Amino acid sequence: MNSLLIQNGTILDPSRGLEMRADLAVVDGRIVATMPAGVKPDRVIDAGGCLVVPGLIDTHVHFREPGDEEEETIASGAAAAVAGGFTTVCCMPNTKPALDTEAAIEFVIRESERVGLANVLPVGAITKAREGRELAEIGSMQARGAVAFSDDGTGVNDPSVMRKALQYVKMFDGLIMQHCEDHLLAGGSMNGGLVSTRLGLVGIPAEAEQLMIARDVLLNRLIGCRYHVQHISTAHSVELVRRAKRDGIPITAEVAPHHVLLTDEACSSYDTNYKMNPPLRTQADVEACIEGVVDGTIELLATDHAPHLAEEKELEFQYAPFGIIGLECALGLYVKALVTPGHISWMKLIDMMSTAGARLIRSDRGTLAPGAVGDVTIIDPNLKWKVDLSEFKSKSTNCPFVGWELIGRATHTIVGGAVKWELR
Amino acid sequence: MGNTLETPMTRLVESMADQIISGLGGPTDLVLVGIRTRGDVLANRIEPLLRERGVTKLDRGTLDITLYRDDLSEIGPLPLVKPTVMDCDIGGRPLVIVDDVIFTGRSVRAALDALTDFGRPRVVRLAVLVDRGGRELPIHPDFVALRLPDLPPTQRVSVRLTETDNADQILVESR
Amino acid sequence: MPQTTSWTSKHLLDLESLTAEQIAFVLDTADTFAEVSTRSVKKVPALRGKVVVNAFFEDSTRTRTSFALAASRLSADVIDFSEKGSSVSKGETLIDTARNIEAMGIDAIIIRHQAAGSAALLARTVKCSVINAGDGAHEHPTQGLLDLYTIRKRFGRVEGLKVAIVGDIANSRVARSDLWGLTRLGAEVILVGPPTLLPRAFERLATGPGRVRVVHDFDAVCGEVDVINMLRVQNERMKSAQFPTVREFTRWFGLTWDRFQRCKPDVFVMHPGPMNRGVEIHNEIADGPNSGILKQVEYGLAVRMAVLYLTMQAE
Repeated sequence: MNSLLIQNGTILDPSRGLEMRADLAVVDGRIVATMPAGVKPDRVIDAGGCLVVPGLIDTHVHFREPGDEEEETIASGAAAAVAGGFTTVCCMPNTKPALDTEAAIEFVIRESERVGLANVLPVGAITKAREGRELAEIGSMQARGAVAFSDDGTGVNDPSVMRKALQYVKMFDGLIMQHCEDHLLAGGSMNGGLVSTRLGLVGIPAEAEQLMIARDVLLNRLIGCRYHVQHISTAHSVELVRRAKRDGIPITAEVAPHHVLLTDEACSSYDTNYKMNPPLRTQADVEACIEGVVDGTIELLATDHAPHLAEEKELEFQYAPFGIIGLECALGLYVKALVTPGHISWMKLIDMMSTAGARLIRSDRGTLAPGAVGDVTIIDPNLKWKVDLSEFKSKSTNCPFVGWELIGRATHTIVGGAVKWELR
Repeated sequence: MGNTLETPMTRLVESMADQIISGLGGPTDLVLVGIRTRGDVLANRIEPLLRERGVTKLDRGTLDITLYRDDLSEIGPLPLVKPTVMDCDIGGRPLVIVDDVIFTGRSVRAALDALTDFGRPRVVRLAVLVDRGGRELPIHPDFVALRLPDLPPTQRVSVRLTETDNADQILVESR
Repeated sequence: MPQTTSWTSKHLLDLESLTAEQIAFVLDTADTFAEVSTRSVKKVPALRGKVVVNAFFEDSTRTRTSFALAASRLSADVIDFSEKGSSVSKGETLIDTARNIEAMGIDAIIIRHQAAGSAALLARTVKCSVINAGDGAHEHPTQGLLDLYTIRKRFGRVEGLKVAIVGDIANSRVARSDLWGLTRLGAEVILVGPPTLLPRAFERLATGPGRVRVVHDFDAVCGEVDVINMLRVQNERMKSAQFPTVREFTRWFGLTWDRFQRCKPDVFVMHPGPMNRGVEIHNEIADGPNSGILKQVEYGLAVRMAVLYLTMQAE
């Protein structure tokens, strides 16, 4: 019998709306109400002054395996995840080749188990090779453990393909995660607007994102497939999701840390660590995303952790790849963006970083209820720390937040009752 | 604190003009070239004196030697380079370069380089208001109004002229 | 005469970051260098022993020649490095290319590149001076400076003038550099072009004292401007459906003979070249008394001498 006792912490469990000073015990990988009588725990963690929360869940990461293992692997990505307090992550299928078969899904699950750090759950491709033309083997992938379907990196541009995807995924009661960007309207390297005009860079207009959300909402109106907007970034996108929810259309949305913290002004020095897709938008968009978080339009806080090698990023802005890493600083960033200014409570933050993610992918995690899997994150909410590249477990360093002073950090990440990472 | 030398500037400038006339054997033809900024101002003052003393064919030129200097990296922030004006033909004529202070000789070296881009004078002479010693090059003035030999290099000699500085003064000050 | 300004930057990447005083300083310096070109010996030793690389990743005979001549008139040695197309496609990054060039003992890199921000990227990487000779649609600062110089020579001032810049503004680095320079020096800039090639955002770019107007009707403003700067029509842009045909472009945004008749009689016509005669500008206007086009080329040399001299002497 393996047992772990977490003492003196404050338990925060959004799944039950529970906030209380109490000890938490995990026995044989499961949370128990009380430590069985006569059992001396194998390990005791003093969580005094800390929050004890359900393990954080990130529904949007890129681990680059197979294909670009020099940027990130499932092993290095999982190490980065637990270092950031995440016990479960959903990895996107834009690998080389894409995760578009049952075998590929099986590979990710097995590799995740072999590594034995965070739970790495695969998201399968909607279309074969993510080309947007023919549906992939969605049913088989779901049966093997794919938690959702997405062509992330691109949206499904052809409306007839998207319509079929919604219908088909609905048959399995599956979940579509859409990278909302009409690529015919996009094609630039940063947000289209004043700053791109100044810098002479081709813009990605906000309408490219809004167009696809609006189209999908229309297509899904009569189909009713579970539909999730990935990395939402514009003010009107938030409004489109809000209206769709009001109209009773199944839709959820996630945001990434940079879209509630940075604006396209950051691109002014052509620093490619500010190049991501969707791009950094304007202050009005940042404010609208925060408002969407506050009013529940946006239910999830993800990272869109997208590793790239330094040499790939050290290019002319328009040639550099999109994306930044985020797993290891996301918690502190969200605290800075949302909790410290008083937009949301810690309870809501943990809901959006854990419980809501579990709800989305229909996982039994994201809770500290007795009997649940022992995925627990201990957070010191007052710990001041500085984002330091040398501490990163990720293989890549493309992070614009290096040097930022943050407050709040995971001190222990416990997966299935075992401590997989602790702050030293 | 610096010392102000009380010798009247007018007398010094007249001395320069007199030396030019006698040194060149009472010339009637002359090109008078001032080095920016204060050498040029002095040349402006000397010009009518030379005319009074019999130089009938007198042309003026102005040299900005900044582009010819070999010590640019040592003079601090870049000053504005102003135009060089050499509208006359200098070939085969006597030419006098006028500067305010001669120290290391590098400015004069630069001025000589600049002049060669405009032609080949018959003779080139150098007239200065102050020779403060301290030469780093084998260059010596022909006409000197005021000699201050043996000044240590830590002393700086500045000439101020009414046209540029609202007063006629020669200042010796510690750097 | 008080001389408060000086030059301290070893790079020239854009005009956006320059103050009015700094711009005027370059133009005043260019005045001096214009004189050098009138001498029988058209050369000064200011940059003797220095090496300048003309690194052109995009074709541009005239800008490259102008820089090469400017450098040689300052007695610098000039090396040509041209590579068409993206460096990425050849497997070597711009940074690697630049480091390789610099390792040969170079004092300045003049870069022309198709990617916006490439000059800034270079300046962050190398230790030598970097002079932007055009980076994508971002800026072409020496063109902006020579346009300002040409206007100042013609009118004796820039402040208070109305300057129209006409054509494909969105994709024009010349328009951006002109916009910054002209507004800094107090001119009013009227940008003229179809909305597909002239986004409204341009109106919010100026940081004064001059202001910017975005106009889609050339006829409505051609009579009120002192200067018209006609940008080159890029045929390849026309094909990407931003404008129907070249013929239609000429009709609405070309400086036709008919439109020219409605301009001020002494309107000053400029063009960064190379011109498409009969497309954006009527033949006789280009060669006529109102044209400053050849003056731009002539003054460009003095301006580039000033820029090379100032950046390469700065610490």
